[in-house]
Amino acid sequence: MPIDPQVLERHGLTSDEYVRLVALLGREPNMTELGIFSVMWSEHCSYKSSRVHLRTLPTEGPQVLQGPGENAGAVDVGGGLAAVFKIESHNHPSFIEPYQGAATGVGGIIRDIFTMGARPIALLNSLRFGDLDAPGTARLLDGVVSGIAGYGNSIGIPTIGGEIAFEPVYAGNPLVNVFCLGIAPAAEIVKGIASGAGNPVYYVGAKTGRDGIHGATMASAEFDDRSAEKRPAVQVGDPFMEKLLLEACLEVMKTDALVGIQDMGAAGLTCSTAEMGARGGAGIEIDVALVPQRETGMTPYEIMLSESQERMLLVARRGREAEVERVFEKWDLHAVRIGEVTADGMLRVRAHGTVVAEIPNRALTDEAPIYHRPASPPEYLAAAQQLDLDADARRRPSPNDALRSLLGSPTIGSKRWVYRQYDHMVRTNTIVLPGAGAGVVRLKGTDRALAISLDGNGRYCYLDPRQGAMLAVAEAARNVACAGARPLAATNCLNFGNPERPAIMWQFAEAVQGIGAACRALDVPITGGNVSLYNETDGRAIYPTPVIGVVGLLEHADRALTRSFSGSGDLIVLLGEGRGELGGSEYLKVTQGLVRGRPPALDLAAERALQLLLVELAEARLIRSAHDCSDGGLAVALAECCFDTQGTGAEIAIDAPGAAREAALDTAAALFGESASRAIVSTTGDALAGILARAASRGVPARVIGQTGGSAIRIAVAGVTAIDLAVDDAEQIWIAAVTRHLTKHAA
Amino acid sequence: MRFGIVVFPGSNCEEDALHAARDLFGQDADYLWHKDADLKGADVVVLPGGFAHGDYLRTGAMAPFSPVMGPVREFAARGGPVLGICNGFQILLEAGLLPGAMLRNRGLKYRCEHVHLRVERTDTPFTRAARQGQVLRIPIGHGEGNYFAPPDALAAIERNRQVVLRYTDAAGRLADAANPNGSVNAIASVCSASGNVVGMMPHPERACEPLLRGEDGRVIFESIIDWFRSAGRRALQPSVGAP
Repeated sequence: MPIDPQVLERHGLTSDEYVRLVALLGREPNMTELGIFSVMWSEHCSYKSSRVHLRTLPTEGPQVLQGPGENAGAVDVGGGLAAVFKIESHNHPSFIEPYQGAATGVGGIIRDIFTMGARPIALLNSLRFGDLDAPGTARLLDGVVSGIAGYGNSIGIPTIGGEIAFEPVYAGNPLVNVFCLGIAPAAEIVKGIASGAGNPVYYVGAKTGRDGIHGATMASAEFDDRSAEKRPAVQVGDPFMEKLLLEACLEVMKTDALVGIQDMGAAGLTCSTAEMGARGGAGIEIDVALVPQRETGMTPYEIMLSESQERMLLVARRGREAEVERVFEKWDLHAVRIGEVTADGMLRVRAHGTVVAEIPNRALTDEAPIYHRPASPPEYLAAAQQLDLDADARRRPSPNDALRSLLGSPTIGSKRWVYRQYDHMVRTNTIVLPGAGAGVVRLKGTDRALAISLDGNGRYCYLDPRQGAMLAVAEAARNVACAGARPLAATNCLNFGNPERPAIMWQFAEAVQGIGAACRALDVPITGGNVSLYNETDGRAIYPTPVIGVVGLLEHADRALTRSFSGSGDLIVLLGEGRGELGGSEYLKVTQGLVRGRPPALDLAAERALQLLLVELAEARLIRSAHDCSDGGLAVALAECCFDTQGTGAEIAIDAPGAAREAALDTAAALFGESASRAIVSTTGDALAGILARAASRGVPARVIGQTGGSAIRIAVAGVTAIDLAVDDAEQIWIAAVTRHLTKHAA
Repeated sequence: MRFGIVVFPGSNCEEDALHAARDLFGQDADYLWHKDADLKGADVVVLPGGFAHGDYLRTGAMAPFSPVMGPVREFAARGGPVLGICNGFQILLEAGLLPGAMLRNRGLKYRCEHVHLRVERTDTPFTRAARQGQVLRIPIGHGEGNYFAPPDALAAIERNRQVVLRYTDAAGRLADAANPNGSVNAIASVCSASGNVVGMMPHPERACEPLLRGEDGRVIFESIIDWFRSAGRRALQPSVGAP
């Protein structure tokens, strides 16, 4: 087949990229080589639009054992242990086929973790869908949740938390971001490296089929109404096969017969051979005829580009083959030798001995194109940032009604219907169950525990991507600190639209700047992550949505905190200060349909002080619960503190922030404004002095705003009762927030 | 006493059972691989939860054909205590060691949550430390725990007092809303006619520590440990053909 513009377009390559390819290769490629280049140079594998920005992120710190560039990042969690973790997107496949798209996303991120020699112990996910009442959303939600459950439950890794938001802008392009964390001895982290000429290269796992060919290219293109035709590019997951692979690979790693290992994820055999060779400064030569195949008549092109799931590539030490093969035989898997490491730095592919592709590894990896794409602020921005609170006051509901509406909105409401479909208790480490705050897993054999939170706010980022991204980092770290854990490090999943449009590229660049600033200030280096671009359908982009996962460490697992009050008679203390900021808030969206204004301000030094204070208070056992104030503001946070307590109420009094000229509006801003760097904690009377003293020494505003008790949520603003709602009523609304939209699906 | 915890390919709660037996109750415990030909001196056999062989055909359908199940059957026939938890219960049903079968949960969704269970029998090796009618709060995690038996078989199960645990509300009352999966007669656990083989859908190993916010599962382990101390050695019939 001649390589003409149509062929290049089908491979997602530009004519300039083709010229570069020919120059690097020193000749015209054949079709197999063109296919290999196309997937390795796709946005998904090469990060060609994002790389120049990602380089600015902080990635180092004494706690970081492995930064970006490997299959996952790793941090030191003490006692000789490392936490290995990463987040990844599976947005496009999940839209085309929700169950399998989400399931294979989970399978892929789990492989990234055990590939590093870590035993996976926790899964989380961050999901975004269109309006829950819109046609198709319930089906997508049900499919994605079932897919995550189907895979995670079967393989036996608990899904301990995450977040779900609903916004119309995600209707044609849902976001499915999945996170996995594993534990490994810090000294035994395994890398995806090929070295030592003559060392054997093994293929193990599922057979290769024609599924998923060009999955990486698909994830690097916008959607249109023909996307349904791309169904064959979505793969089918087999969690049982992956369970066997997981156990066998961890067992093989205990021998020292292994040089390196990598999973075959996006771009399959191509990516794993090229990347392992490039990392080790070596070459890899394989014969595709030796690759186990599920279908007959597969071409070298198809075998190299297949994205069949549950496959691993291993490099073993020469002379130790029998040990490796024996472990896989035990698990009824067959490690098949398909080639060997060479010294020439080439990816050489043979078919029955004949060379069918021969490309320098570096041409596929380090020499991939890098773009400094033009960026300029989007046209909508200036108008969207304008918010005249007093002028928009007409449609305002009463505070009680506003609270009911917020608690009943699917984004804020309970996700119990979702998480009870996930096995969140297997491995018996989950000490804070889903829905109660950050996910917390204890580390058996130690006193420690890890807290994990995933957070993002697309609406904030739409209104100000830099600020929104900073707030996402701050919220994730704050949630971890509310559990009592010291934030250690972060991973990011950057979901954006088409980077070839300057407005999108500007959003991306701004968001990365914001993440960098916040991560530096809060001492949570980025250890890895994933970029998902081209999240557009029919030219409409999603909100720019960076999702941040923060991992934190508790020295004492039994001091982990949840959001729920412990009983009546406790004092309620507000840490931080509300400034009545309603811009971009859930309140404006839910009660008035407005997505306007600027997101809340963020003083990173104040945020850092608050987080350190929270960790200190938990460690000293001075507080009995802690909850971050974010979506829905103080009123929603207080209500959530009353939930899952068998009806314990609370009565508080707060000041009006003076954010609006009109008193009633000022009350709404006090209740529902989303000012950052705040937390509600509860305590017994005798611990109060210690709390206030420690807060003062860290410069964190702290004051008693009320106490727990009774059976109602009561809030007075500037001396006037604004909220008075029975806890039972509020909790019923909150519990039904998702299921009331799912009558046909709900169990 | 020595716990033998059977690992099938796809089992995923074996570490949890081992942790409970060994680290929390100080007992000797080890894994039995599904291809093993003997029980390595186990005094109690636990079939843990998970998805043996992926559960692609039917839950628990393949595992009864594993080599280790021969010695397990023989052990059970001699009166040896065998506990199947979740997938282990499903395997015991498929193996014919317990009566009945599992259907998909009413509602067709996997359910992971705490449930309340009423103890119906305290004369099995796994419930002897519990009180008759005691209500336990223990988690479940399954997609196919909707216990079923046809009317005649169900009548026999009830007549022979083979129901060990039932799903109830916190006060121990039967209630449809307290039945998480639609099990007939709210059955959460049954035993063999002789009482030494018990299958249960809830996971006692997930409720043995204050850190996991629940300790009601301890009574299952305390029961079997107590059984072994007081009655176990005498109760076990000598192995047929043993030296």
